[in-house]
Amino acid sequence: MADDAHDEHDDKARRFRDAALPHLDDVYTLARYLMLDAADAEDAVQECYLRALRHFDSYRGPAMKPWLLAILRNVCNAEFARRRKQAASSDQFDEPADETPPIWQEPQLSPESALLRQQDGDTIRQLVAGLPPPFREAIVLREINDLTYQEIAEISGVPVGTVMSRIARARSMLRWAWNAAEGAPPGTLR
Amino acid sequence: MNCTDDEIMLHALIDGELDAGHARTVEAHVASCPACAQKLSAFRSMRAAMAQANLKERAPAHLRSRVEQALPASSGRIIRPAQFSQPSRRTFFGGFAAGAAVSGAIAASLVLSVFRTDQEQTVADEIVSAHIRSLQPGHLMDVATSDQHTVKPWFDGKVDVAPPVIDLTAEGFTLVGGRLDYVDGEPVACVVYQRRKHIINLFVAQRLGTGHANVKARTVQGYNVRNWSNQGLDFWAVSDLNPQELGEFVQKISAALAAPGSS
Repeated sequence: MADDAHDEHDDKARRFRDAALPHLDDVYTLARYLMLDAADAEDAVQECYLRALRHFDSYRGPAMKPWLLAILRNVCNAEFARRRKQAASSDQFDEPADETPPIWQEPQLSPESALLRQQDGDTIRQLVAGLPPPFREAIVLREINDLTYQEIAEISGVPVGTVMSRIARARSMLRWAWNAAEGAPPGTLR
Repeated sequence: MNCTDDEIMLHALIDGELDAGHARTVEAHVASCPACAQKLSAFRSMRAAMAQANLKERAPAHLRSRVEQALPASSGRIIRPAQFSQPSRRTFFGGFAAGAAVSGAIAASLVLSVFRTDQEQTVADEIVSAHIRSLQPGHLMDVATSDQHTVKPWFDGKVDVAPPVIDLTAEGFTLVGGRLDYVDGEPVACVVYQRRKHIINLFVAQRLGTGHANVKARTVQGYNVRNWSNQGLDFWAVSDLNPQELGEFVQKISAALAAPGSS
């Protein structure tokens, strides 16, 4: 009987590895953009995989990637909630309660050009990282994790309409910051 | 669509999230509006630049081995997080485990309930895509006739089921024809009905992600969808018809299937 139990464990563990480990880069990428810190992101990824394994029995396929990303997002949010609770006096980790971005204001006179400055990868990463949390999450899931609006809606726990407006707003903010950031002048291509 | 509409539709177009009808509407507006055309072009360039910048991070090798070690070893022994010899950096998730275990469990169960019906949802998405394709000019019907005795034999040899073809004209649902469609790469019979201007596609196959006799209702991309199983066949009805009338359609079909000598 014990052998059977072991076989079952082996089988489950093997199936989980085969299904979940190929998405490690995707999970780590989202963790980096949500936590904004490499070491925090690594902790979150490990916690995500352990939690996913615990719930793997009740997992029904086939979309493993969005399932893992949903768990990762819960892990990160739980950590933010814990920090808020622990350091109530500090607003260091406070996320905005509503969707009004605290720093980013839609500029009245934006450097909007049909042409786009050339920006290198590091600058683009910083621009994305500078977006307020809900918009950052939506645009990373869309552009980098390559998910559909429906999948993003399920991960973020909001209606598809909200996902659509978040992505539209995220791109508008990004476009403004993009052209405002130092870089090659608009229209130059390398 | 006009410029006072927000930009959401432009982004949905860029992301390939619009059905054919909406995509045409947005494209037609962009073609006649330089301001929106400029925005669309800028957003597309930005998207292309992001894709080219290859923003996906590679998990560092030490993280990969750390995660692999944390997962159960091949001996079958489950290593619990508490058994880690390496103490976790700071109190990062220790606090989480102690403080938020309950809410964590709730969150996980929410995630699971969302994804449990994934497979069926995937088929639903495919069915709606097939429905949208069928609405393109010239795609709706392979055999166009209101005669059920023409539609039914037409399917012979094309699909491995004999789909029930039920004439509901008297009930207000006009049989307009049949079509061979593909869902998930498999040929599927599709019987086409019409109510006023609304097309109803009824997809029928032996295994089409249903397996429950009760009728399940959902909305995908604004289309109403009903699926259920009957007599070993899976049925999917899709339409832009309102939910009440589509429900009525499903009732009529089910009643006709239950009646002796049906189809």
